[in-house]
Amino acid sequence: MSTLLSLHEAAGTFSESALHGIQTLAAEGKDNPRADFSDTPWWLSLVKALIIFVYLLVSTLMVIWFERRVIGRMQQRPGPNRNGPFGLLQTLADGMKAMLKEDNTPAKADRFVFTLAPLITATMCFIGFAIIPLAGEVSMFGHRTPFQLADSPIAVLFVLAIAGIGIYGVVLAGWSSGSPYPLMGGLRSSAQMISYEIAMGLSLVAVFLYSGSMSTSQIVGSQGSVWYIVPAFFSFFVYVITMVGETNRLPFDLAEGEGELTGGFHTEYGSMRFAMFFLGEYINMFTVAALATTMFLGGWQAPPGIAAINDGMFNEGWWGLLWFTIKLWMFMFVFVWLRGSLPRTRYDQFMRFGWKFLIPATLGWVVLVAFFRGAQNGWFGDAALEIAGRRFPVSSLAIVGLVAVGALAFGWWWDNRAMAREAAANETAPEEIDPYAGGFVVPPLPGQRLRETARVGAPALPEADPVTERPSGPAVFDFTDKEAPRG
Amino acid sequence: MTSGGEAILFWVLAPMAVAGSLGLVFARKAVHAALGMALTMIVLGVFYLAQGADFLGVIQIFVYTGAVMMLFLFVVMLVGVDSSDSIVETLKGQRAATVVLSLGLGVLLAGALGRVTIGDAPADKVHALNAQNGNVSGVAELIFGRYVWVFEATSALLITAALAAMVLAHRERLGSRPSQRAWSERRIRSGENLAGLPVPGVYARHNAVDTPALLPDGSPSELSVSRVLTARDQVGNATPWVEAEREIERDVSQDRDRDDAAKEDRA
Repeated sequence: MSTLLSLHEAAGTFSESALHGIQTLAAEGKDNPRADFSDTPWWLSLVKALIIFVYLLVSTLMVIWFERRVIGRMQQRPGPNRNGPFGLLQTLADGMKAMLKEDNTPAKADRFVFTLAPLITATMCFIGFAIIPLAGEVSMFGHRTPFQLADSPIAVLFVLAIAGIGIYGVVLAGWSSGSPYPLMGGLRSSAQMISYEIAMGLSLVAVFLYSGSMSTSQIVGSQGSVWYIVPAFFSFFVYVITMVGETNRLPFDLAEGEGELTGGFHTEYGSMRFAMFFLGEYINMFTVAALATTMFLGGWQAPPGIAAINDGMFNEGWWGLLWFTIKLWMFMFVFVWLRGSLPRTRYDQFMRFGWKFLIPATLGWVVLVAFFRGAQNGWFGDAALEIAGRRFPVSSLAIVGLVAVGALAFGWWWDNRAMAREAAANETAPEEIDPYAGGFVVPPLPGQRLRETARVGAPALPEADPVTERPSGPAVFDFTDKEAPRG
Repeated sequence: MTSGGEAILFWVLAPMAVAGSLGLVFARKAVHAALGMALTMIVLGVFYLAQGADFLGVIQIFVYTGAVMMLFLFVVMLVGVDSSDSIVETLKGQRAATVVLSLGLGVLLAGALGRVTIGDAPADKVHALNAQNGNVSGVAELIFGRYVWVFEATSALLITAALAAMVLAHRERLGSRPSQRAWSERRIRSGENLAGLPVPGVYARHNAVDTPALLPDGSPSELSVSRVLTARDQVGNATPWVEAEREIERDVSQDRDRDDAAKEDRA
């Protein structure tokens, strides 16, 4: 009874102190967006929505052309170059063709859901972009307004939630087509997107911990001194992998594996309804890339060198749009590059990688980052080292040292094991072998001698007569001028 | 009273939520019912957002619509549930118990909602709290501060339940699974179907898996069709394709006979 009581007391004091700590943390108040929408009338929001919509559509037209040209260059062929300057209008022509094609609905399809699915995909992909800051504060029609449609304390979660709804388009398309290939493709891609969304959300947690906020404007604002790609490098690594998995792009486009599933979930789709899926895929690419830019690469902020010029001149106003677009297109290039160079992975390997490596590793990383943040708040003592104007708490450095030692020990153990395994696999063959040992004649490996005593098992071959005459007539192939005659 | 924008939002979305839940109850196909439920949950999430409960709203959409309903949809699609499934009750007295329990829940809800007093514009209070501390920090303070033990106990309960489900549903494999090599060896030892089972399909015209292959004497080979299809009574019939082939053969031979006859006439 007394132990129970003391446990209860301990619990009470713990929750008291925890409550206190949390209250002080909460009072720091970085939750709410930094962006100030007070000078933004409702019609300006509509204008901004229109601008973002057009920006995305034009970017999609450009990126399809870009992808085909870059992959063409990687495969040493020109790519589309006929319509318009440099083939820029090719996508427009393809889009017109898609619109004018016959729109089929399979006989066994569920008509309502079959139409609903592409609509979900094509509309949901745009919504996520609403919270992405394309630039800082700009002046538009005489108002000072942040160049993003909206922001909220849960902005980044909002993107993930919208992506979760977007998956319905894929699943429902697979189900409503009423045939096995789309069903399999739909199940595959939704399973893939859901499992990779877990790892994606976990990788973003490190950024939330560092910035203390989930509002995009706060996250961009708090990357003024150092972009989060540096302290949260592992998160960036995981995010880039998961963003490829999330958008169903090569090497993770298992839902569309042509060899196995014809076209995956959109096998039965054609015309505009297929074009909607196509549009959705590309805009989703832009959304995840924009999120990566915002979370890890400082959003619309100028790169470090340029940001210092003329007292931050290039970090103001509309310049942000330029930096943002450049960073966005860097990710687009990576998408294309991956598609041009990697083959498709196998589905079970892909899922194993997601569940057994990415998720646990990211969980461990998040715990580590939480320790660093706690050390920064001085929860593990105030001792700190000053290096290059930055303050590093001793406890953080100790953890880094521990992890490094652990990694070294693990590497040493791993290497030893691999070497032992290799030695076991490549045992050196004996120098002399008995070619008839197993009952079958076995030729010697290079460098091996045949055992001479092995006559017992083999019948003696009749001795061939030595060749004494050279064949008469002119020798067609005369190699004898350099070699001594063989007899 | 709520502001104009919020009232419009409510009157547009509330009928959608009601329609979604009615669809859940009355839809014939299980997938349509699941869709109705997803719609209701999304609309509820939007309501939470409009009320100033940002975190709750977005988590409602994220977790319930994005994960839970998706799992439902998965199972429904994989298993292929439809209205033709048996609705015989496996638990006796289930309906009566359901009626009693839902009535009880209704009374409880009515009692709790009836005691809520709406004064001092509570929505404004939420907005004031949000502006002061931030919505997420506020929720975090409650979950990891005042209610931390309740929260931890709930999570322990959920994890236990998930583990229990896994243990109950998991079946240990007694031996190792036969590999391709093992199968091949077994086939060779038994001496039957050495080259594997015959593949289904008749000619290039119809190679569906439900059509049995034809043996050299023209009879269908039962071995070529999956036993699952046989059990479901979904095996197709090769007769139409064979008939069509015979028809063509007849035409060809007739034409040839006519040509031969014509040649002989000319000669």
